Amino acid sequence: MSKNNSTTNTSFLNDAGNRALIFQALLLGLVVFVGYYLFSNLQANLDKQGISTGFTFLNQPAGFPILLHLIEYTEANSYGRAFLVALINTFVISLLGIVLATIIGVLMGLARLSNNWLIARLATVYIETLRNIPLLLQMFFWYFAVLAALPGPRNSFILGDFMLNKRGIYSPEPLFQDGFGFVIFGFFVGVAASIALIIWAKKRQSQTGDWFPAYWASLGVIIATTFLALVFTGFPVEFNVPELGRFNIRGGMVLPPEFVAVLVALSTYTGAFIAEIVRAGILSVNWGQTEASRSLGLPDGLTQRLIVLPQALRVIIPPLTSQFLNLAKNSSLGAAIAYPELVAVVMGTTLNQTGQAIETIGLCMLVYGSLSLSISFFMNWYNKKMSLTER
Amino acid sequence: MTKVFQPSPSLPPPVNSVGPVAWVKQNLFSTPANTILTLLSLYIIYLLVVPVINWGIIDATWSGESKAECTAGGACWAFIRVRFDQFMYGRYPIEEYWRVNLSAIMLIVLVGMYAVKAVNKTMLTAGILLVYPVIAYILFAGDVFGLQRVETELWGGLFLTILLGMIGIIASFPLGVLLALGRRSNMPIVKSVCIIFIETVRAVPLITILFMASVMIPLFLPDGLNFNKLLRVLIGITLFSAAYMAEVIRGGLQAIPKGQYEAADAMGLTYWQSMILVILPQALKLVIPGIVNTFIGLFKDTTLVYIVGMFDLLGMIQLASHSPNWLGTTIEGYAFSGFLYWAICFAMSRYSMAVERRLETGHKRN
Repeated sequence: MSKNNSTTNTSFLNDAGNRALIFQALLLGLVVFVGYYLFSNLQANLDKQGISTGFTFLNQPAGFPILLHLIEYTEANSYGRAFLVALINTFVISLLGIVLATIIGVLMGLARLSNNWLIARLATVYIETLRNIPLLLQMFFWYFAVLAALPGPRNSFILGDFMLNKRGIYSPEPLFQDGFGFVIFGFFVGVAASIALIIWAKKRQSQTGDWFPAYWASLGVIIATTFLALVFTGFPVEFNVPELGRFNIRGGMVLPPEFVAVLVALSTYTGAFIAEIVRAGILSVNWGQTEASRSLGLPDGLTQRLIVLPQALRVIIPPLTSQFLNLAKNSSLGAAIAYPELVAVVMGTTLNQTGQAIETIGLCMLVYGSLSLSISFFMNWYNKKMSLTER
Repeated sequence: MTKVFQPSPSLPPPVNSVGPVAWVKQNLFSTPANTILTLLSLYIIYLLVVPVINWGIIDATWSGESKAECTAGGACWAFIRVRFDQFMYGRYPIEEYWRVNLSAIMLIVLVGMYAVKAVNKTMLTAGILLVYPVIAYILFAGDVFGLQRVETELWGGLFLTILLGMIGIIASFPLGVLLALGRRSNMPIVKSVCIIFIETVRAVPLITILFMASVMIPLFLPDGLNFNKLLRVLIGITLFSAAYMAEVIRGGLQAIPKGQYEAADAMGLTYWQSMILVILPQALKLVIPGIVNTFIGLFKDTTLVYIVGMFDLLGMIQLASHSPNWLGTTIEGYAFSGFLYWAICFAMSRYSMAVERRLETGHKRN
């Protein structure tokens, strides 16, 4: 703010700089006062209700079961352990959801641009329907209407070693024997070799102009090394196949219906939004670029991959980031159908049992805050990498 | 007698290049791959549409008193018919429905008056924003003028959904504008307060904010002072979408060329004058799609109040389809409410497109 230099009657209050100072001092005072007022009320209320603050409750035994836990967990474990289980569940559903939603979104976005009229119409109907119906309703639909209507275990749909019924999707459970570490080692050797291969192919192309199908070759290398390691160690994997017993299904792994419903709802819903983003991104690339690429003699596939896609990605990535963030945050809706994610376990059961409202809600907000931050950091880095290098 | 050249009338274009046949050929069967895709999609449509029509119309039962009477094997629309009033008004007392209806009709009439030329638009807007809410609140809650008192816990159904949506939309918009202006302010404290608020709210899911509103706010208030749950939830929803609104509007503010700000300053306009008269009208017009997207998002998000124990449209459906008489009618309920939500959101997005076209003052060549 510049000082008012004129010699006319500028009173103290007419000076823009002074006014800004006064206004900000007032705002700061208000924020501090409200904060202090709320905090002192909180202190008084907590004292009166006899709730002790602090995170010591995390060490007490939780005493409730959790439907889906990827790490060891029993009712005797602590609240801290339960928190960890819920955290992993949230991460898993967000990550899987992001992958699936991206696939659906790209497919639907391309379909909407198809020159086949019927395909384009179908994609439009899909997008406009799913985008305009609340996610919670869709989640309820999948959980209470579709998955609950599946037959019981005795009449499950069977496809090979997989079973689908009311209780979820049953699949064979891999049991890793000794020597499996060697297979993993083989896989990573393959990955390292293919990275070297890609770097070599790029170098050779920039030096001689000769092109080498590095991506297909590296896929082959990875499969070959892993398979060789498998043969060499004598296939150290066994499968625990689910079997229909008299009352129950024995063995195998089960994906509970809550998980399936949340995953399907999240990925189809977010996929519809991503489809629109992909479509807008591709449309933003000037048609002249495609024509120029064709006149250079590039085939259609390479035109898409080398010319259109890199330019479209620049438009696509920023809004895509916010869709990913939305998906991660929307995974909290799983609490409504008892998928044991962060909100359900921490802000639901733990809060009810311990009454530690401030700590549990604070913990959840902290986790979601850092999840959001890390996704946006990663996408910002990717965006920088893809963005136009300007002189 | 001279011969006059008589040109024969021109032939119609070949059937293959115009008309429906050519269209089908070009758009559906242009290449073998396209043909396969077309046939495949036709098959998918057949697989989806035929069972839906069978279930929803041909085999459906339209009247009855419980699920047991729906024996035709199709949809049980009797469920919707019997419970329709509850889906609309929640648990509002039946003999008081007229109060909700009356305020809805009043709102429609008031909004309709925008089309009448003789009405002063500023007065009308002021009336809708300042006077109407008071009248509507008195009608809904009662307890004065001999109206029976209706607790807010009884408000529900589509009535509650629309109430939450409308108040959220109307309150979050000005708040969003203020936050966006604050974030672009030169004053460091104002700016950081706005940034902290916006980024914190945007980093967490709405559900945590609703939980906070229903569980934590009472802890922060002094003894004896406790306000209504509906109001707390409304504050939560409003603050949440205001943060998103602020980011959308900030985008618009950034898109206005610097010359506009400088020109407004050069005219001697004060900060608020230049914002209200010069910058905001241009900035808001640029981001209408974003603003309406936020509105639609807010409207869809009102379903989340079910999680903190309020019965909006989705909540009533959930409640009714799990009642003993009507077990197994979830699909009908979701189809009905899904259609209502879809219609409202779709209408909003189409309306925004129309507004955008009407406000178009650019120099685009058509």
